[in-house]
Amino acid sequence: MEVTISATNEILTTDGIPLKVSLKKAERKNKIRAFLLVFPLLLFIIVTFVVPIGDMLLRSVDDSQINTVFPKTFEEYKKWDRQDLPPEEVYKSIFFELAEGEGIQIGKALTRMNYSKSGWKSLIKKTKRKIKKIVKSGDLPTSYKDTMIEIHKGWGDPSFWVSMSQMTDERTLIYYWNAIDRTYDIDGNVIMQDEKRRMYIKTWIRTLKVSVYVTFFCLILGFPVAHLLANLPLRYSNLLMIFVLLPFWTSLLVRTTAWIVMLQQKGVINGVLVWLGIINDDQRIQMVYNMTGTIIAMTQILLPFMILPLYSVMKVIPKSHMRAAQNLGAKPVKAFIRVYLPQTVPGMSAGGLLVFVLAIGYFITPELVGGKDGQLIGHWIAYHLKTTLNWGLCSAIGSILLAVMLVLYWLYNKIVGIDNIKLG
Amino acid sequence: MNASDQRAFVKFDKIDKSYDGEVLVVKNLNLDIEKGEFVTMLGPSGSGKTTTLMMLAGFETPTNGEIFLENKPISKIPPYEREIGMVFQNYALFPHMTVQENLSFPLEVRKNSKSETQEKVKKALDMVELGEFGSRFPAQLSGGQQQRVALARALVFEPRLVLMDEPLGALDKNLREQMQYEIKHIHERIGITVVYVTHDQSEALTMSNRIAVFNDGVVQQLSTPDILYEKPENSFVAEFIGENNTMLGTLKKDDGDYCEVEIEGAGIVKAKKINVGSVGEKTKLSVRPERVMINSQKDHNSFEGVVEELIYLGDHIRARLSVCNNNDFIVKMPNEGNIVLKEKSKIKVSWDPSDIRALDYN
Repeated sequence: MEVTISATNEILTTDGIPLKVSLKKAERKNKIRAFLLVFPLLLFIIVTFVVPIGDMLLRSVDDSQINTVFPKTFEEYKKWDRQDLPPEEVYKSIFFELAEGEGIQIGKALTRMNYSKSGWKSLIKKTKRKIKKIVKSGDLPTSYKDTMIEIHKGWGDPSFWVSMSQMTDERTLIYYWNAIDRTYDIDGNVIMQDEKRRMYIKTWIRTLKVSVYVTFFCLILGFPVAHLLANLPLRYSNLLMIFVLLPFWTSLLVRTTAWIVMLQQKGVINGVLVWLGIINDDQRIQMVYNMTGTIIAMTQILLPFMILPLYSVMKVIPKSHMRAAQNLGAKPVKAFIRVYLPQTVPGMSAGGLLVFVLAIGYFITPELVGGKDGQLIGHWIAYHLKTTLNWGLCSAIGSILLAVMLVLYWLYNKIVGIDNIKLG
Repeated sequence: MNASDQRAFVKFDKIDKSYDGEVLVVKNLNLDIEKGEFVTMLGPSGSGKTTTLMMLAGFETPTNGEIFLENKPISKIPPYEREIGMVFQNYALFPHMTVQENLSFPLEVRKNSKSETQEKVKKALDMVELGEFGSRFPAQLSGGQQQRVALARALVFEPRLVLMDEPLGALDKNLREQMQYEIKHIHERIGITVVYVTHDQSEALTMSNRIAVFNDGVVQQLSTPDILYEKPENSFVAEFIGENNTMLGTLKKDDGDYCEVEIEGAGIVKAKKINVGSVGEKTKLSVRPERVMINSQKDHNSFEGVVEELIYLGDHIRARLSVCNNNDFIVKMPNEGNIVLKEKSKIKVSWDPSDIRALDYN
């Protein structure tokens, strides 16, 4: 066949158009069609996933709200040399901004101020009413500073004013520091929280511990099951697969409640143990409302996420491999370790990653079964989201969780390679 | 057979095998394999040949009987202590190990020293002409190369015997033929005993010293390729090995070495008596296509046939005739430039009595 080649060494089609141009033209329609097919999903993901996560990340460092409430005050505040008390101008600004500000916005700002120094809220609440009265009467004071200190002596306390330095920037790391039991002191240094207020690091460690345990137990329990599934005749393996998948068809709440019934001190397991005479009635084991309960229930619930990737990997390992290894002189244990186990690594790591990532952010089960010392970090996210409305801290915890997962994915990709992941 | 004091290298002694207690997949197998022999177990799928191989390798236990290797019973020896190499159907190369690691695996578990291992691996790789592929992973090799690695791995630890379970089944035709010769040559060079399993008769004929034809759990015939082809002892072997024309008839007369068989509506055929019952019983006649003569002047074993189909194959012409109630009667005629057959024309076919064999009617 004769191939036409142009002066620039491009291969030309029969009609003299460069081959690449022609190919592009021919493929364009397919490309457009593919894009249109994917577009709704893309849009959906952007709206429901990318945007909220972006919002969360912004919120975790956002400090702009308070800057819209006290813009003038902060401007004056920045001019202060941080000696003794702020100048008259600062007092004057905050005086008017409190008097004229919108109630709801000020309320939000107060909450934020309290994160940096507790006492701000009550100080301003007590002051605000009187300031409004003064403004209403039209009888403006000559020295705002003296008047305010007169209203509440807190205004004469430099520590309040110093703490304001943490708020003047529109970006803040205070939520991240709070999420790991740290805060700023009045000089802006990062210090540990009060002993009584330290609970996050404890919870983080517990979360990691529970996740590691759950992943480990899932692997230990799931490996033989997956192996059995992959090697049984189809008739039996289908039945077994139904048992594995059964938990997916039962409500999470039902399963968690069932575990409470099983594990509590007057529950089924303790009852049987007492009945069998293995333990005395007064020795009933505490298995629920603590970390044990959390680990037991979460292991059961997350087990399928370990079994399925393992199964899909084991399914394609030819049975002849174990035979070949033995034929070559390896005892069964050695054959298993040298030949079978390495081939299940993609399944183990995919299952492990999946279980770990799910466990680290688990909420319902630890919340119900965990009691006081079985609660995971998700508890604090929910608590700040619903009870304290501290969304900044909430977002910071969420972002740290996200970062932990990304680090795990990165590690996974480094060690196993993300394209080795097999989920079925 | 052999006297009890000079047993064969491998001896299957009255082996029965059943998986479910109801069906025997191997029935009363008695098979002797000499040292250095290349023995092929040939048979259709489900005939028990792979099961027999697996019993020898130690992955299946005989339900009854005993297998002897160098005069020692091996039923109680686990596979990893049998020192038998094996090439699996899909090679069973370990995908997470390089070619080199695959080959050094059997040496490592035998605790060979590092230098010894390296030397043996290199030798084995050179033997299969893959010296430069040691650091590749199996997935980076072609089918034929993988096959050769599997072969090298089965030989590298110097086993007493090598088993091959349809090792060429996954290769395309050209490569398969090439590998057949390669395996044959390696066998000749190192003189190892090989037990080979295949369902491909041409493969068996090409490679083996002796072939055991399996059917229905029983060895139908065990002999050298030429005897198997030319002197099949029963109709299964005759039909399974090579091309074959069969005719059904009734035994009329028994003349010792020869017999007369009546084919209904066609006449009497004189045939070699191999495996028939008594007079009056049914028998199956078998003649090879290349032994049939066309238009020769003979007075017996001469019949009229109609040409149903002619197929031109270059070096020879294949004619499908209808002869003696068999309309699938194949004749091969060498193309000497003088064939003037026409479809639907009538011709005379004949054969020598020593070329047609009267076999069992099954």
